[in-house]
Amino acid sequence: MEFFTHFGRYLIMLKGMFTKPENTKMYWKEFMRQCVDIGIGSLGIVSIISVFIGAVSAVQTSYQLVSPLIPTETIALIVRDTVILEFSPTLVCIVLAGVIGSKIASELGNMRVSEQIDALEIMGINTKAYLILPKIAAAMLTIPLLVIISMVLGIWGGRLAGVASGIISADAFDRGLLTKFIPYNVTFALIKSYTFAFIITSIPSYYGYYVKGGALEIGRSSTKSVVVSCIMLLFADYVLTQLLLTH
Amino acid sequence: MIEFINIGKQFGENKVLTDVSHVMQTGQCNLIIGTSGSGKTVLQKCLVGLFEPDRGEIFYDGLSFTEMNNQSRKELRQQIGMLFQGSALFDSLTVEQNVMFPLEMFSKMTIGERKIRVNEVLARVNLVDANNKFPSELSGGMKKRVGIARAIVLNPKYLFCDEPNSGLDPQTSLVIDKLIYDITKEFNITTVINTHDMNSVMEIGENILYMYQGKKEWTGNNEEIIFSKNERLNEFIFASKFLQDAKDMRMLEAKGIIADDRDMDEILKNGDKLTN
Repeated sequence: MEFFTHFGRYLIMLKGMFTKPENTKMYWKEFMRQCVDIGIGSLGIVSIISVFIGAVSAVQTSYQLVSPLIPTETIALIVRDTVILEFSPTLVCIVLAGVIGSKIASELGNMRVSEQIDALEIMGINTKAYLILPKIAAAMLTIPLLVIISMVLGIWGGRLAGVASGIISADAFDRGLLTKFIPYNVTFALIKSYTFAFIITSIPSYYGYYVKGGALEIGRSSTKSVVVSCIMLLFADYVLTQLLLTH
Repeated sequence: MIEFINIGKQFGENKVLTDVSHVMQTGQCNLIIGTSGSGKTVLQKCLVGLFEPDRGEIFYDGLSFTEMNNQSRKELRQQIGMLFQGSALFDSLTVEQNVMFPLEMFSKMTIGERKIRVNEVLARVNLVDANNKFPSELSGGMKKRVGIARAIVLNPKYLFCDEPNSGLDPQTSLVIDKLIYDITKEFNITTVINTHDMNSVMEIGENILYMYQGKKEWTGNNEEIIFSKNERLNEFIFASKFLQDAKDMRMLEAKGIIADDRDMDEILKNGDKLTN
């Protein structure tokens, strides 16, 4: 029963976001601030993770390809597809669920507990629209961009590790990258990243916005929001893969 | 003027407010007092629309707040200022940005005009040279003053203050009380204050509503409270021996038994002679 209560309230929160803004300029300002926070703020961690993901997948693929009948270009092909299909959208978004999700939940939770949300309500501001919508919109704009950057850096990391450890030559890696490339895979990855961006911002927003109590509860709801976001993200990953990649 | 009639509110099985009715007068400091858990915060939150009452009606200058649609409520709320118990300042904004926020959101002023208005209200609450400070750099009293400045920057018709003196020393409390009182008179605002600070009750209590277990127990002003025979009210207001003595002195003054312009030094000197 508790699940339905939360789910119903979550849907009501989402519905409540869509009203006419009191001042478009202020909403735009908040949206830009969130773009910087979410997009630029996460660029460092996304870059580091992506390079290492690519590097590790190149080395591990080469370790598993023991047959001399399989050309070395296959390593690049596998790195490319795993990075595009799974590692960049899913792994990066799981990390972002921790980084951005906990920040959103604790920021909104702190605003709720210290009555800042009430203060905005009293002023006549729709707090769901002003505080939550710019976060979700900014994430849906910046996270797919981060995922694209992650794909590039992941493949580059694989190439770097492959060449540096002598597993594959740069030419062979580049040839492999162009072999059997399916552009739809990028579209699929972007669909996933839009969905994940929505999940990893709306769920922490819900937990932060409706927090009750004090500092302890803010911490708890922040942790819970990250856990729930990750589970929902993995569930959505499975559903999307099933829907969009099976014939 | 804010009038509320038969306000009722319960959370689950817990009845917090039972048929509370009262009129908050324009240009006066209207106090809601009561022990912790008596329902005064819930009543104030119902009045500003943060909680929906289960029963009853609220009127702002004759307009029914309870029957208003969301848009009308939003418009009315732009005429409401509120000072929160913890000040509720936006942590990431400076003092100037905090006070300017309602102006940016709702006024069509230019940035220059906004800055002038912000400096005006900051000067009104005696806060100068604090424009670029963050809330974390301010003392409790300064935070309250910034909260008041933000609440009055749009020239509200109604000002709500939730425990304005909580966490402040007695001297700063008096300063805040005087500031609220002066602003109420200067701009002819309907001010509603939630408090259990006895100094506030005695200093600025022009229209007092005493709540007990979610019900209206007594109403009056700071003069009438001295002579009230209501036992619960007396237990609450004059809880300590010191305050009981102060009440007795006030009553003796009022009945002319001792002069209100008495010379305490003289009395004490005579007292010394008596004991000798």
